[in-house]
Amino acid sequence: MIELEAVSKLYRTGPIKVHALSAVDLTIDEGDFVAIMGPSGSGKSTMMNVLGCLDVPTSGKYMLNGIDVSKLRENRLAEIRNRQIGFVFQSFNLIARTSAARNVELPLIYAGVGRRSRRARARAALERVGLGDRQNHMPNELSGGQQQRVAIARALVTDPAMILADEPTGNLDSASTVEIMRLLVELNETGRTVVLITHENEVAGFAKRVIELRDGKIVRDVSNGVGSGVGGER
Amino acid sequence: MNLLETARIALRGLRANRLRSALTTLGIVIGVASVIILVALGNGIQSGFNDIFGSLATQITVTPTQGSAPSGGRARDLTDADLEALQDSAKAPNVESITPVVGGTGLLQLVGGGQYRTSITGTTADYLEVNARDLQVGRNFTELEARTKAKVVILGPNPVNELFNGNAAAALGREIRIGRTIFRVIGVAAVSGQQDDVAIMPLGAARSYLLGGGDTLSSMIARADSVATVPAATDQITNILSARHGIREPAERDFNVQALQSLLDQSSQFLTFLTLFTGAVAGISLVVGSIGVANIMLVTVTERTREIGIRKAIGARRRAILQQFLLESMFLSGLGGLVGILIGVGVSLAGAAVLPQLVPDFPPPSVSVGSVVLSFSISLLIGLVAGGYPANRAARLRPIEALRYQ
Repeated sequence: MIELEAVSKLYRTGPIKVHALSAVDLTIDEGDFVAIMGPSGSGKSTMMNVLGCLDVPTSGKYMLNGIDVSKLRENRLAEIRNRQIGFVFQSFNLIARTSAARNVELPLIYAGVGRRSRRARARAALERVGLGDRQNHMPNELSGGQQQRVAIARALVTDPAMILADEPTGNLDSASTVEIMRLLVELNETGRTVVLITHENEVAGFAKRVIELRDGKIVRDVSNGVGSGVGGER
Repeated sequence: MNLLETARIALRGLRANRLRSALTTLGIVIGVASVIILVALGNGIQSGFNDIFGSLATQITVTPTQGSAPSGGRARDLTDADLEALQDSAKAPNVESITPVVGGTGLLQLVGGGQYRTSITGTTADYLEVNARDLQVGRNFTELEARTKAKVVILGPNPVNELFNGNAAAALGREIRIGRTIFRVIGVAAVSGQQDDVAIMPLGAARSYLLGGGDTLSSMIARADSVATVPAATDQITNILSARHGIREPAERDFNVQALQSLLDQSSQFLTFLTLFTGAVAGISLVVGSIGVANIMLVTVTERTREIGIRKAIGARRRAILQQFLLESMFLSGLGGLVGILIGVGVSLAGAAVLPQLVPDFPPPSVSVGSVVLSFSISLLIGLVAGGYPANRAARLRPIEALRYQ
């Protein structure tokens, strides 16, 4: 359960103040699949940073699974990111010269999970995304779609409350895009909350609910209707 | 998140840039090795010095004041009676031995050959040992020869150079005229740098045939029974002679008692300073090496900003990032330290084995454990300090900015 209450984010560049988010209220239920859309400058990235606990709001309250994370210090935020959030980035963000299995293991290392259990969970996560046979491949030996699947395995491996995907198909061809979106849908169907940031309608079409941001405010919040792909106003 | 895992991550980071890591390490290797080698050389020279002069550390020289006594009146000579008084083991318990010396000059003439004027030392059989004087050929004179005023002489290197063209073996057994008396050469002293222009003979012979002078002595060379008792022995000698010469105030003394020890201590201390100084100069290369480590760590952190962002996004705390980069720089400098120790100790030991064969009298380098421990600790410290700023910078990076970095 994700709840934003009057969340604002203010940036100051010299004398100019920019409201990247202004008093946003948003509730995302467990097991939902939400796409957040909007043109550049709409506050999408700020939304992603706040939801991902990479940045704290200037004002307002952000409850993640019952924890108010809007006022936490850096180390606690790191812990929340580690345990509650799985990130999938546009540019994959795998660590270079490090095998797929080791990349997937990384969040478990920072969580302090023992070596044996870490290995087993990383292997299982890679199998889950269909890369059971690519454990020891380096990122540069994998295709874009495969790299993104490694990143999804890494996001999954800690069993987080939310998978936060920031333009996950932005660097992929259309075949890989469908492949990755199918994977996210599958994960959502097994009960995982997925929040997707995108500017493409086709990609947003895979979500159950689409939220549109403009100038830091939510201007549209529609439900796609389960499985139908056709939404109506909420 | 434990240290072992961080260490693994740090090692993987170093292995990703093998050549760069190796070159950075090289700076520390050279620094540590040169500190160890230079300190080993310095130690070698110092212990060589102690070997040569250490036997003189217990030596105390007694000489009469020249001319008039400080209190006025004629200074009294040192005499055979003074010598006997100092041999009294009840009054002078710390004086192990005392050797009389009479001195003067004499003309050395080779029958049918050249002539040379040199200084004459008349003394007892233990003179050579007390002065740590070696013979290159021949033998010392015996107690019997000393008592019987035998006409035998040990030549220093200079007369041998003048009269025998430096051929010591040729001098041995030859008869030479000194003054009006014929002496037989029974030995040639080795070069000592001092007192090379000398002819050494039994005290009685020197007095009877050359110098005359009744019972007076030019000097006495005493030996304390250990290095620790040199001051006590000096006091005992001073007291006995003061009593015999009727001296009440120290200022009235008509003799000097000089321990060689204090001079040796000063020289030895000077050598220690010299060793420390050369070690410090070598330490400069260690400083240069550490700047190299700091530089590479800064490059590494900048280069890997994105990686740091990823790690932070997926839950690495500041501490984990700090540890990762600190460990990287400590591995670099620590490895450099270890290799530097191996090379430094290896070169010093090889030098100790080879140098004395190539250059006679070269003091073999001796590795000091202190310099090994110290230079390794310094290299680890360098890792900590040189890595500190870059690692701290990495740990403080904000994840959103680090992720955006291209």
